[in-house]
Amino acid sequence: MVVCHGPLAGALVQAAEQISGLGGALIPVSNTGCDRDTLEDRILAAVGGHPAVVFVDLASGSCLVAVLKRLRTEQLVKVVTGVNLAMLVDFVFHRSLSPVEAATRAAAAGEKSIRIP
Amino acid sequence: MSIVLCRIDDRLIHGQVVIGWGRAMGIDLIILVDDQVAASDWEQELYRMAVTPEIEVRFVTVADAARQMPEWQSNGKRGLVLTGDLETMAALRASSPDVVQRINLGGIHHRAGRRERLPFVYLTDQELGTLRSLEAGGAVITAQDLPTTAPVALRALG
Repeated sequence: MVVCHGPLAGALVQAAEQISGLGGALIPVSNTGCDRDTLEDRILAAVGGHPAVVFVDLASGSCLVAVLKRLRTEQLVKVVTGVNLAMLVDFVFHRSLSPVEAATRAAAAGEKSIRIP
Repeated sequence: MSIVLCRIDDRLIHGQVVIGWGRAMGIDLIILVDDQVAASDWEQELYRMAVTPEIEVRFVTVADAARQMPEWQSNGKRGLVLTGDLETMAALRASSPDVVQRINLGGIHHRAGRRERLPFVYLTDQELGTLRSLEAGGAVITAQDLPTTAPVALRALG
């Protein structure tokens, strides 16, 4: 799941699918037009009680608060902030790993992709 | 200085509040009035992460806010009082009418029963009635998400 402000999650998911050629591995969730309760409902509906890695845009703000409020005690859900395209592409090819393993390697891939060439 | 902005924003402390209003108005104190957040250390930590170090943040209950409002009004800081719903702001207006004179509707988003009044303001008819009562009692209420956009008067919301 990718949770972001405005249209960012949809755009990131679309780009990740375009690059990887793999569709349906990522579910975008936007905070557009909803209050806190509605955003939390959207997040819960997207996770659907399954093991998941949740990618969030900012390490603070309404998206992360909503995600943590509902999912921080879930053992099979891992949250990664600062989502970028490299993270998502790595994740779609390794989503058979456990959420902890997939989240750890996706975060590393995302971090590694930040460069000042 | 004193309380310079009283804002209702259901996303509480986020970019529009800290960067948009905080910078434009030289805010150095944000007072988040929310009973639930006041009791949650992890939520407070998260909200603090969204705020630049120059800005002090206090998390208080509605009851504490009512008691401390006179101090914030005279402590020399430029304060922003923030609530996540209009009931809380109405309670603050009732307890401290001299401080809560102008109310900014900054973000009240969609939920069941609410109707769009502006892209960032959704209200039930009952909520609109509550706001009209506050205005009839002397409060000045406008909707404005950012200081760079034009304020919209309550009467224009329906």
